[in-house]
Amino acid sequence: MVFEKVAAMLAEKLECEVSKITMDTKFEALGIDSLDVMELLMNVEEEFGTEIELGDNKVNAVGDLVTLIESKLQ
Amino acid sequence: MLKGKVAVVTGGSRGIGAAICKLFAENGADIAFLYAGNTQKAEETQSLLENLGVKAKGYQCNVADAAQTAAVVKEIVADFGGVQILVNNAGITKDKLIPMMKAEDFDAVVDTNLKGSFYMIKQVYPLFLKQKAGKIINISSVSGLIGNAGQANYSASKAGLVGLTKSVAKELASRGVCCNAIAPGFIATDMTETFAVNEEIKNAIPMKRFGKTDDVAKLALFLASDASDYITGEVIRIDGGMAM
Repeated sequence: MVFEKVAAMLAEKLECEVSKITMDTKFEALGIDSLDVMELLMNVEEEFGTEIELGDNKVNAVGDLVTLIESKLQ
Repeated sequence: MLKGKVAVVTGGSRGIGAAICKLFAENGADIAFLYAGNTQKAEETQSLLENLGVKAKGYQCNVADAAQTAAVVKEIVADFGGVQILVNNAGITKDKLIPMMKAEDFDAVVDTNLKGSFYMIKQVYPLFLKQKAGKIINISSVSGLIGNAGQANYSASKAGLVGLTKSVAKELASRGVCCNAIAPGFIATDMTETFAVNEEIKNAIPMKRFGKTDDVAKLALFLASDASDYITGEVIRIDGGMAM
């Protein structure tokens, strides 16, 4: 569910097909920089009503972000 | 020039901060100002600003305390609905020659002047990032540009603000957020009134006079307004030519 939401948000931002985004897709490959990831995270926080801090977590791929969000939601 | 904007000004109850609050309010901005401890002065500033027809509120906050800055920005957003302008003006001095300057004196000045600004920027960062707009103005000092005997701590903190300004400017430039610094020279305030050698200092200033708090406020207004939208990472001296 988290993945679907993140993928939809990314697809909307990048104006691309959702099917192009997988758990393994690297943000770099999508042309997404670290500020974009932060922005995405803030939108996710709003969507799920929770606070998520990046902290020291390395978020390079869509899957990294999904895993982080899921761990905060538990 | 600032109608519909909310400005957060630290150290806003007196001196340069109060002049900035007043001029911003005269230009239509709602004002959330932070003050360290002088509640009476803060109440006076708040009513003065309210009389200018804008929303204004003073918040007691020690900017050197990260947790307090987080709480106060949250409160301001709840009260005002957002923030578009941040002025990091809160500053203290503990002037001494280095042999007399204790580590605590150094830390206290850096904690308020430099780390306090960092904490405030950290709090508005996500807001500005999201709205893809925002103005951050850091009040540095010519002391941070050319140094000053007896002010190792203060000069270091104000020079640090220059580096902070440029880093923030680079980080957020692509998101329409501007971050600039103002480096005042000698400005006539309660703080400078205590200087025993005023005449000597004036002679070292090409314009032969101290600046006014309003002079600094006018520059801050320019940097807070859309007139300066293409300026970021800049440090502007306002010192009567002292440090050129």
